[in-house]
Amino acid sequence: MIHSLFLINASGDIFLEKHWKSVVSRSVCDYFFEALERATEPENVPPVIPTPHHFLINVLRHRIYFVAVIQSEVPPLFVIEFLHRVVDTFQDYFGVCTEAAIKDNVVVVYELLEEMLDNGFPLATESNILKELIKPPTILRTVVNTITGSTNVGEQLPTGQLSVVPWRRTGVKYTNNEAYFDVVEEIDAIIDKSGSTITAEIQGVVDACVKLTGMPDLTLSFMNPRLLDDVSFHPCVRFKRWEAERILSFIPPDGNFRLLSYHVSSQNLVAIPVYVKHNISFREGSSQGRFELTLGPKQTMGKAVESVLVSSQLPRGVLNANLNPSQGTYTFDPVTKLLSWDVGKINPQKLPSLKGSMSLQTGASKPDENPTINIQFKIQQLAISGLKVNRLDMYGEKYKPFKGIKYMTKAGKFQNDCHLLVIQKLAG
Amino acid sequence: MLGMSANSVSYNEQGSVESGVDAAQENSSIPASISSGGAASSLFSADYKKNEDLKEMLESNKESLKLEAMKRIVGLIAKGKNASELFPAVVKNVASKNIELKKLVYVYLVRYAEEQQDLALLSISTFQRALKDPNQLIRASALRVLSSIRVPIIVPIMMLAIKEAATDLSPYVRKTAAHAIQKLFSLDPDQKEHLIEVIEKLLKDKSTLVAGSVVMAFEEVCPDRIDLIHKNYRKLCNLLVDVEEWGQVVIIHMLTRYARTQFVSPWREDAVFDENSEKAFYDSEEERRVDQSKPYIMDPDHRLLLRNTKPLLQSRNTAVVMAVSQLYWHLSPKHELSIITKSLVRLLRSHREVQYIVLQNIATMSIQRKGMFEPFMKSFYVRSTDATHIKTLKLEILTNLANEANISTILREFQTYVKSQDKAFAAATIQAIGCCATNISEVTDTCLNGLVLLLSNRDETVVAESVVVIKKLLQTQPSQHSDIIKHMAKLFDNITVPMARASILWLMGEYCEHVPKIAPDVLRKMAKTFTDEEDIVKLQIVNLAAKLYLTNSKQTKLLTQYILNLGKYDQNYDIRDRTRFIRQLIVPNEKSGALSKYARRILMAPKPAPVLQSAFKDRDRFQLGTLSHTLNSQASGYLELSDWPAVAPDQSVRNVEVVEPVKEAGAPALSKSKPAKSNEKFYSDSEEEEGEEEEGSNSEDSSSSSSEESVRESESEENSNDSNKSSSSQSEKSSSESDSEKKKKTLKNKKLQQQKPDSKDRKQKNGNAVKVESRSESESGSESSSSESSSESRSELDSDSDSGTDQKKNTKPKPVQSKPVIKVEKKEVSLLDLDDFSPAPVTTPKSSILSPNLLSDLQGLLISPTASALQASSPVFVPETSHELLHRMTGKGLSAQYRFTRQPCIYGNSMVSLQLTLSNRTDQALENIHISEKSSTGQNIHRFNAIERLEPQASVTVSMGVDFNDSTQTANFQLCTKEDEFSVSIQPAVGELLLPITMSEADFTKEQGKLVGMNESSATITITPENVSSQSVNRKVVSVANLGVIPSGQENIYRFAGKTVSSGSLVLVSVALKDPDAMITINTEKTVMGSMLLRQVKTALTNSGP
Repeated sequence: MIHSLFLINASGDIFLEKHWKSVVSRSVCDYFFEALERATEPENVPPVIPTPHHFLINVLRHRIYFVAVIQSEVPPLFVIEFLHRVVDTFQDYFGVCTEAAIKDNVVVVYELLEEMLDNGFPLATESNILKELIKPPTILRTVVNTITGSTNVGEQLPTGQLSVVPWRRTGVKYTNNEAYFDVVEEIDAIIDKSGSTITAEIQGVVDACVKLTGMPDLTLSFMNPRLLDDVSFHPCVRFKRWEAERILSFIPPDGNFRLLSYHVSSQNLVAIPVYVKHNISFREGSSQGRFELTLGPKQTMGKAVESVLVSSQLPRGVLNANLNPSQGTYTFDPVTKLLSWDVGKINPQKLPSLKGSMSLQTGASKPDENPTINIQFKIQQLAISGLKVNRLDMYGEKYKPFKGIKYMTKAGKFQNDCHLLVIQKLAG
Repeated sequence: MLGMSANSVSYNEQGSVESGVDAAQENSSIPASISSGGAASSLFSADYKKNEDLKEMLESNKESLKLEAMKRIVGLIAKGKNASELFPAVVKNVASKNIELKKLVYVYLVRYAEEQQDLALLSISTFQRALKDPNQLIRASALRVLSSIRVPIIVPIMMLAIKEAATDLSPYVRKTAAHAIQKLFSLDPDQKEHLIEVIEKLLKDKSTLVAGSVVMAFEEVCPDRIDLIHKNYRKLCNLLVDVEEWGQVVIIHMLTRYARTQFVSPWREDAVFDENSEKAFYDSEEERRVDQSKPYIMDPDHRLLLRNTKPLLQSRNTAVVMAVSQLYWHLSPKHELSIITKSLVRLLRSHREVQYIVLQNIATMSIQRKGMFEPFMKSFYVRSTDATHIKTLKLEILTNLANEANISTILREFQTYVKSQDKAFAAATIQAIGCCATNISEVTDTCLNGLVLLLSNRDETVVAESVVVIKKLLQTQPSQHSDIIKHMAKLFDNITVPMARASILWLMGEYCEHVPKIAPDVLRKMAKTFTDEEDIVKLQIVNLAAKLYLTNSKQTKLLTQYILNLGKYDQNYDIRDRTRFIRQLIVPNEKSGALSKYARRILMAPKPAPVLQSAFKDRDRFQLGTLSHTLNSQASGYLELSDWPAVAPDQSVRNVEVVEPVKEAGAPALSKSKPAKSNEKFYSDSEEEEGEEEEGSNSEDSSSSSSEESVRESESEENSNDSNKSSSSQSEKSSSESDSEKKKKTLKNKKLQQQKPDSKDRKQKNGNAVKVESRSESESGSESSSSESSSESRSELDSDSDSGTDQKKNTKPKPVQSKPVIKVEKKEVSLLDLDDFSPAPVTTPKSSILSPNLLSDLQGLLISPTASALQASSPVFVPETSHELLHRMTGKGLSAQYRFTRQPCIYGNSMVSLQLTLSNRTDQALENIHISEKSSTGQNIHRFNAIERLEPQASVTVSMGVDFNDSTQTANFQLCTKEDEFSVSIQPAVGELLLPITMSEADFTKEQGKLVGMNESSATITITPENVSSQSVNRKVVSVANLGVIPSGQENIYRFAGKTVSSGSLVLVSVALKDPDAMITINTEKTVMGSMLLRQVKTALTNSGP
């Protein structure tokens, strides 16, 4: 399976290597660098690169390439999924997954990688188990360790590893028992010039933060589970129960985890919460172009549209843009031709607009495209699909937990020729 | 050297100044690159110095100092620096009590033991001792390190340790043993036989923890020994859900291979299709199913595997989902395949890399079975943010999915891609258009015209690509396209891309007879510029000259000679060669007499048109989801998927002596799934699946039975006969009821039944008996037997409501004959119900359109299309509702349903397109199903092509068009089979006679202003509270009528627009909400339609419910 792992930063330096079998020389990465050079954008590096004796499978996250070296047939998704799991674990441990964080914690990183793979085959990837084997570094613990000489490494095999619920650690104790659920929905939509929707989908997740003592057994039910068209679960969810009753029944892992991700059928009409009016025109033979863009909310059930960010890739012929935003700030990068406008909150009484002129390269022909406009935004306390959590019950423990649910809607890749994301949160 | 010393200094205070280290390293790398030899030695000295310091720390007595040293050493290893010098100092600490220190020493050992074999042996005794430790974690990690030390001398020790660990009480240690097997095998393949013994033992292990790892070892060591799997097959299937994710992937892949050797093909006749996919390329799924023969019975073990892997499609792990998908692809009967579609499409929301792999697999699948992904076509639309390789794959898939019905949508989408700023991608899109044009002959002309329009595009790559594609297209049908060739000749001067120029020249030459005037002129121009052209163009000039010389020597003789002379002295030898060859061939002289006679036949031979086909065509030789498939070349260690055996090998090998519940310590007590416990369970398939299906949407019968019941409850006993009759007919209509309602009803019924089982039971019995009698007049069934069967099902209902309804469902619809017959029938139904696994192809709108305005779509490919105010758009909502056309009772077993697809009709501009589903409910095949020529009413009907043969229990979907002349008058016609004729009629709802259009809000208001007075009808209603939201208003209106939603700037006004199908008159609907009232206004010339529509919208908005 996985032979070796190389971590490569944005400037093309290998800053960490780890081998699980015989050492593979880092010169194998030359093939990767070749591919990197050929690719115009960092994202364009093909995920699987064959070399004469090995195969390189890479993922790009946080501007770090995680390059796995494998020697023989293995499902590529197996490796890709594992690499992403490694990144998630790092993020979980260090808060961020950056080159600096990894370098600072190189010993913990090494210990983690050692536990996660044995002979290239995944051994322990559940965060709850790993955290028992290797304690995440905290400032307090580092100080204590240097004084007392105690360690970050657990001495006992985590009981979870052997138990019926391998995702949950045992002996969990909290003074405040709380369970929070965030229902976050993203709208992905493409809207054409005339404002009609070409595609619109809602993709949602239920993220949970559960801090409950002991072995609680939770059930979560929705008011309208039929909305959910396609779902995927954390392994803790009992699938049969869902199939039969549309109830989520599970013993949660301790801490943060993603309980469920779902897709709302495109058969249902997706209401797009904002609209864009734009008028971008270039005159033939003139070196000036006009730019006008107005945003407005619609169908938001009275909730405010926040953190609005508009970005657009202007045609190559545009030299500069001289615009005047009614609110927020805009930037235009003359090299990449990327216009971005940080709007902030949309006030329905006074719609934000961005107007002005663009100067074009003289002599160049009229740019031929209506640029794509991407919109990002957030709406608190609204799940655009209308999904509602009905109730959350706990069995197996005596105490009464505090329960909270938040809804949020945000734009995914709303595109005008457009994309959009909505987040929902729940409290109950 | 200066750099070196700086380096060592900074290492000594490492951690304090990280940036200093980096700077020092950069310095050090400079001399290293200049003189590698000297640099190496200096590096060594630097390391040496620093290592001295570490060595001291390691040899000190303080734990903390040792730990600090080890941490720094690990840091060195991570950076890829050499720390092997320290081996002796490190290995001493292997027995340390400090667990973190010990672990770090292990890390070091595993890294360097191979290089320092002798010293590594020092540590062995420590591990041997640790293998006996009472702490399982320590035992396991000792085994892990011991087996990771790649020192051949210790092979016997390892072997012993593995054997011992394989019988350890702790499953965790046994798991480690399974991993160690692979390590030992790669170190010393001679141990294979012994290792297989251990594998055999571990395969019997019942812990979920071990299963994945041992299967991995099996795959690596002895993948050909499938005999080891037999006895463990059922256990593995049952454990699968509870195995950790990574193990699941490995096990599923292994089981896929296993199943292919052990079971017979569930595809049967279908298999032919696989090898010869081209022929069946356009066949819809239904058609294929028709010619599938029935008698195949799936091995229960085969079914077990399919059933137990299905829940894993919901896994969060993309690798697991992909593994299950490939298992279904390679093992399941074709009609069950569609359950994987949704999950695969879901994976497209994941990371870029995941998308890449999944799209590749979908591309391969979509070649063979486009029906699977067609409903999800929009998921493959390219987004501007996609990476290039993702874009290309999506394009590939869209091309594969294109068929007559969706080509207009796809081309419209392609048209936006052509305008993309990513020119490489735009070029790929043009290629894709070319592919679509060749694959779908109906659109070849429109595509060609569209491409010709692109020739005037401003971007050169786009133009060049278009020329190349046009060339390929013209080759397929050159005769009628001399216009296009002329047009290209005109453009020739403006095109500079060599490939495109060459293509045009080739076309001129090939079809010079179609353009006799222009070709010589082009040649004249080329003669002038010959020397400045690229080689590829020069070759084509020579080619053109030769061809013209042969066809039109009078005008071109001199020109040709001139060009041949130029070519003779060209710098490129290819061109000189070609010139010489051509000269000999065409210019008659003494030497070449024999050949030049045939020159015309040689040069002007008809050339086969190039085949434009998908790059994924040959990928299916690899198992899906594998690395080899991704790379399209066999990776080492790839295990071939064998063909199905013709005859199934002995099934009994999988029998296990003691069939016991496979639940033990390792399996969750609160198991997520109830694992099948015994053999009997294998056969209970039908029950479960029917249960599922009942939840699903498409069982007409369940709804009919439930609504019958509910009616019966309210009615009194006396008129139960009547009520049954009416309810059964009513239930047919209500088959379209939404799921939720259905479910609610059934639930309610169940509850009621439980409350008063006694009285209810009796009542039901009577009711049923009477009813069955009334229904089965023509049948031989006696009242007593039917009542018996129904009462039986009733009693079962009490104990197990699910299966009870199933029974009832099965007995009801079929005229009751006698009990054994019912049994058989039941089995048939359950087999058939597998189809309902896969609602996708049946329920999703299979739009059958070939838009007449395709050309206008493609005209949009031009840079600045004149924006028209009225733009036809795709329907916002396509109802799933089917209407009964012919009931199976009246149709003597032939049943027909129709639904409105709400797409423009391909058969005529003024027709409404309908989709007809014909099912054969008899035991014999029905032949020659068609619509009779003589239409009884005035409507113009486009008939579907006669269906030659419809197998029993099969169904087929066809499309037809009816011109209703904008009236709701019914269309009557005769549906005929070989033996019978049935009069049927279709009455359209007024909303179906419309086609949606989009326009701007301003245009809407303008048009509305024109249609006032007589043409306006309006009404004010009190709207139910749940309808107040914009979403529900939109949904209600578009579900009633096929209208387009006009984006509205005002919060409380909703606007919809459409046009009538036949006359194309505008229909404008607006709904203004003024809490709690709503004002509906409809403006249209067709006042009758307007008022009818108003009534329907009114009812829709006042009714509650979904």
